[in-house]
Amino acid sequence: MKLPDPEILIQEITQQIKPLISPNTALVGIYSGGVWVLERILNTLNTDIAYGKLDAAMYRDDYAKRGLKSKNQPSWIPFDVNDKEIILIDDIFYTGRTTRAAMNELFDYGRPASIKLAVLVNRGGAQLPITPQITGADIPLKSHQSFQLSQDTLGKLHLSLETSSTPHDHEESPHV
Amino acid sequence: MFNPQLNAEGKLKHLLSIEGLPKSILNEILNTAESFVGIAEREVKKVPLLRGKTVCNIFFENSTRTRTTFEIAAKRLSADVLNLNVSTSSQSKGESILDTVNNLIAMHADMFVVRHYQSGAAHLIAQHVPDSISVINAGDGRHSHPTQGLLDVFTIRKFKPDMHNLRVAIVGDVLHSRVARSEIHALTTLGVPEVRVIAPKTLLPTNIEKLGVQVFHDMKAGLKDVDVVMMLRLQNERMNGAMLPSSQEYFKTYGLTQEKLDLARSDAIVMHPGPMNRGVEIDSAVADGSQSVILPQVTYGIAVRMAVMAILASGGQA
Repeated sequence: MKLPDPEILIQEITQQIKPLISPNTALVGIYSGGVWVLERILNTLNTDIAYGKLDAAMYRDDYAKRGLKSKNQPSWIPFDVNDKEIILIDDIFYTGRTTRAAMNELFDYGRPASIKLAVLVNRGGAQLPITPQITGADIPLKSHQSFQLSQDTLGKLHLSLETSSTPHDHEESPHV
Repeated sequence: MFNPQLNAEGKLKHLLSIEGLPKSILNEILNTAESFVGIAEREVKKVPLLRGKTVCNIFFENSTRTRTTFEIAAKRLSADVLNLNVSTSSQSKGESILDTVNNLIAMHADMFVVRHYQSGAAHLIAQHVPDSISVINAGDGRHSHPTQGLLDVFTIRKFKPDMHNLRVAIVGDVLHSRVARSEIHALTTLGVPEVRVIAPKTLLPTNIEKLGVQVFHDMKAGLKDVDVVMMLRLQNERMNGAMLPSSQEYFKTYGLTQEKLDLARSDAIVMHPGPMNRGVEIDSAVADGSQSVILPQVTYGIAVRMAVMAILASGGQA
């Protein structure tokens, strides 16, 4: 399978996000892939839009199984969430469970006016009534396959396809 | 070697003492605590990690502060909290420790936070409980107070991030202090190159050098050029016999005044595990002064205790 260049996907979703931006908008990246994407979008937009970073590990439904992961980053939401139009940004959309966890966490900071979800790739397989509104590419995968977004030492993003012998039951990109 | 604190995979199962824990686990706890610091500043000061779990604080020895910080840590993780003050309860009616614990197991508690005036009490309980329950030592006799040791090194790391380039002095009643032992183990495990203890001979255990510390009996020599001054509480309640002439005499020799603190580095921080005896081991002006980080210790203590509970609740995964 020929995989798309994530840098091009970022340009794609940035174009889709642009018309949605109002003075009330805030962008929130989900660690770790979503934060890399967020940082690139911010560079391109070049405006002083409010933004933040979330690590939803403490809100995940599989916490007892997987723990927090020692590399987890403190969430950082420096703006008042109340009445903001939030665009959540993640790299890969799969089950929707990370999105649910991130939304739960956001609501502990305040009551946003709305939340939209932007992802680089929707790989299909949602297990919750959640779907991204902004998508760079739709590439359906089998349950034993997964996409990994990685960042090299020069800061360039790469997308890779991984195949495991056991199906991932409800895991999105590993937020490690 | 069997380590009662770790499970078969080497993950944290109980927190009983700093001694015997590898550097990697200490760092995991400290790094996890970083994520919990900000929660106190949010609109909803809670995360759902321990939702539906019951944390039981069993205190066989009174302690308002430690119990309160454990309680608030558990509540911010969404746990239900049961406080048992056994010193005023069934033990005075003759019930044994393990009978008390068995009753709480029957009430389906998931985690025990234990303080006891006897060294080793938390170990005893950890060996007794079923596999699903984790035990946290909140201070046992003169032995260990691991979460205090952890919150102290967390506080040091916040103010002095380069742990490999630090000189730390622990001052006062080391003999009776479980806090001092936990601090020494935490500091040496994390690679702090120079740990000093400063105390009169009567308040030092024999062979304390074997823990890797330098011993001083004189404040002037001991405080010279240190980056961190960790004061200990003079534990009057644990003293029997004349170890000191008087508390005024002690203050004159070992009490931390600004004049003595000026011998340390100009950016040195002052710590105290509380509760303080002002005018005995520390002068009020120093306790409330610009170099004091005594209140940040309390704030960080909650984040560190949250981290320990969160890691234990997920089977030792950080």
